[in-house]
Amino acid sequence: MTNDTVLLGAVAYDPKVVTIWEGFRAFFADHGLDFDAVLFTNYERQVAAHLRGDFDVAWNSPLAWLQLERVAAKLGRRACAIAMRDSDRDLTSVIVTRASDGPSDLEGLRGQTIAVGAADSPQATLIPLEHLRAAGLKPGRDVEVRRFDVLVGKHGDHIGGERDAARALIAGEVAAACMIDGNHLLFAREGVLPTGSTRILAQTAPYDHCNFSVLDDAADRPAMRRFVELLLGMSYADPTVRPLMDLEGLKAWQPGRTEGYAQLARAIDAFGTIDGFVALQLARLRR
Amino acid sequence: MNETSPTLVVDLGSLGLDDGGTVLLGLALRGVAPGSCVRVVGTREELAIHGAAWCRARGHRLLTSAGPGLAFVVGTADRARWQHARRAGHASRERDGAIARQADPQWGLAARGALVEAGVAPLAFALSDLDELWTDDVPQLYAQAAAAQWDPNTAIPWDCPLTHPGVVEDAIVQIMTYLVENETAALLVPARFLAQIHPHFREVMQLIAIQCADEARHIEVFTRRACLHSQELGTSSAGGQASLRTLVEEPDFAVAMFLLSVLGEGSFLALLWFLHEYAPDEATRAVCRLAAQDEARHVAFGLGHLARHLGMDPGLRPRLIAAVERRHDALAHTAGLNADVFDALVLVAAGEVAPAEIARGWAAVVELEREMDRGRRRRLARLGFDEDSARALSELHTKNFM
Repeated sequence: MTNDTVLLGAVAYDPKVVTIWEGFRAFFADHGLDFDAVLFTNYERQVAAHLRGDFDVAWNSPLAWLQLERVAAKLGRRACAIAMRDSDRDLTSVIVTRASDGPSDLEGLRGQTIAVGAADSPQATLIPLEHLRAAGLKPGRDVEVRRFDVLVGKHGDHIGGERDAARALIAGEVAAACMIDGNHLLFAREGVLPTGSTRILAQTAPYDHCNFSVLDDAADRPAMRRFVELLLGMSYADPTVRPLMDLEGLKAWQPGRTEGYAQLARAIDAFGTIDGFVALQLARLRR
Repeated sequence: MNETSPTLVVDLGSLGLDDGGTVLLGLALRGVAPGSCVRVVGTREELAIHGAAWCRARGHRLLTSAGPGLAFVVGTADRARWQHARRAGHASRERDGAIARQADPQWGLAARGALVEAGVAPLAFALSDLDELWTDDVPQLYAQAAAAQWDPNTAIPWDCPLTHPGVVEDAIVQIMTYLVENETAALLVPARFLAQIHPHFREVMQLIAIQCADEARHIEVFTRRACLHSQELGTSSAGGQASLRTLVEEPDFAVAMFLLSVLGEGSFLALLWFLHEYAPDEATRAVCRLAAQDEARHVAFGLGHLARHLGMDPGLRPRLIAAVERRHDALAHTAGLNADVFDALVLVAAGEVAPAEIARGWAAVVELEREMDRGRRRRLARLGFDEDSARALSELHTKNFM
């Protein structure tokens, strides 16, 4: 790393990730910024590498953000979210049941099985289960949880787990399934959840999704300021970047914010999701 | 207008966003300026939840999503996507500027006249210049071709009686074998160029595609005629194949179409009408007549676009002359027409093996070759070649006819 370079860490949850960052690399180069990316197969290795200083900025899932933030805080360091997609803001998850024979409210799920996505998926597992817990239904005790662990380590970026959970619901294997609100629409269009076949039992409070994360004073470096400036100035009208924005699922980049991670923070506190990871990183970094 | 007083209210009734409501919303938002406030109402229970997700995905700013619906501020993304879009000419040829002189690689596969989003990855078509491809007859020729398609199964009287001598039937089999080989070349040559034509010139693309389909049908009916009473086909000579190979391997569109359509298929017109005249049975007569009608269109297109191209590009004429000379030199040490084919033509024209009839058949084939030469010279004259050049070029044409 040099002062005038921005090196990004990103998780390759799909082959399109290579296209996206290669494309953005060309965009930044055209605007005079030396930008490059290193790809990881899972967020845990990415967060560990970030803490070691192997790259400058991470494209983090919400869970990876909390992993980074918590380890950093215990080391007396500071994590900062510098930018995010417009589509990362104010998502909700829904708990869906079959319209024909599903329970009429959450309480009706007591003693039943609920399908969730991958173990580390904020949107399809952790946040909906926290919603249930807050409603008095403790996962594992009051409701049985059936996980659809597709690509664990990628924090649910791959929606295969959510789709499998939806299929299990329609197949009558589970009483309810959890997914992002937008995927309830998507699965209707795909025919996985035929229109009218399901009913939304509950909707979580809004939460935020991915962000670009930096550590300590990295946000103040001129190259990083330029990186953020170029991101926020990226226009959907620009035909050279629009296909990349479509692939990445956004219409505009927004400044980063961290208030939207409180719900997930409560979930991981309740379930101890990242306790082992945080302890391991602290042990390694303090060694 | 402000965010609490919507400029537009869309009532979806009982329709949800998961069963078509997005289509109604899309229609309602046409022409609505970014920044406008829109309220969506309806009776579906999930409308607010789905509406919020839809707004997020489309780049609209959600104001409220509760109760009977949602309200949002229209974002800029839908308009931004088409901000730098360009129309790829116009579907109707009658409109000014409908057909570009040079088709843009960024139009890609778009229909002529479509509004093409900026940022389409360029698709390079080697043939994208109007002058190389166009003739004003193309639409008419395509319409004729589309209307004249015939069904090989029903258009030919396959069960007609065959009363001619076996030796004449063997000659027919040999001629059909030769025709299949030549029509295969006549299919492959345009097919090679078909994928190189910019789809902006869709009438040319369509005409050449139907030309390939014509040849496919000819290959079928010639094969079927050969096999009516014979278990085996005739011979394929090295000289004949060497001649066709120079056609198939010709990389220049104008040259290839000149050699194939003007000189080759032009000569074949005479051959097919000759066979139609001397055919010993109704099935042979029908396949030759139908094939000749198709080939006449192929020749007309070749003449039309080459005449226009020659008018635009003075360098083309010497290239065509050089190509004929080059092909002649390349074939100088080959046998030319398969001798079995020549003999078969004589036998078919004779109708029997009596010496007097053979002499008549021989004379007819010699006259056929003269007619082929006259036809080539007429077509070359239509392309603006003077009499001496036309005579010289016709004489240099392959002895294999095609």
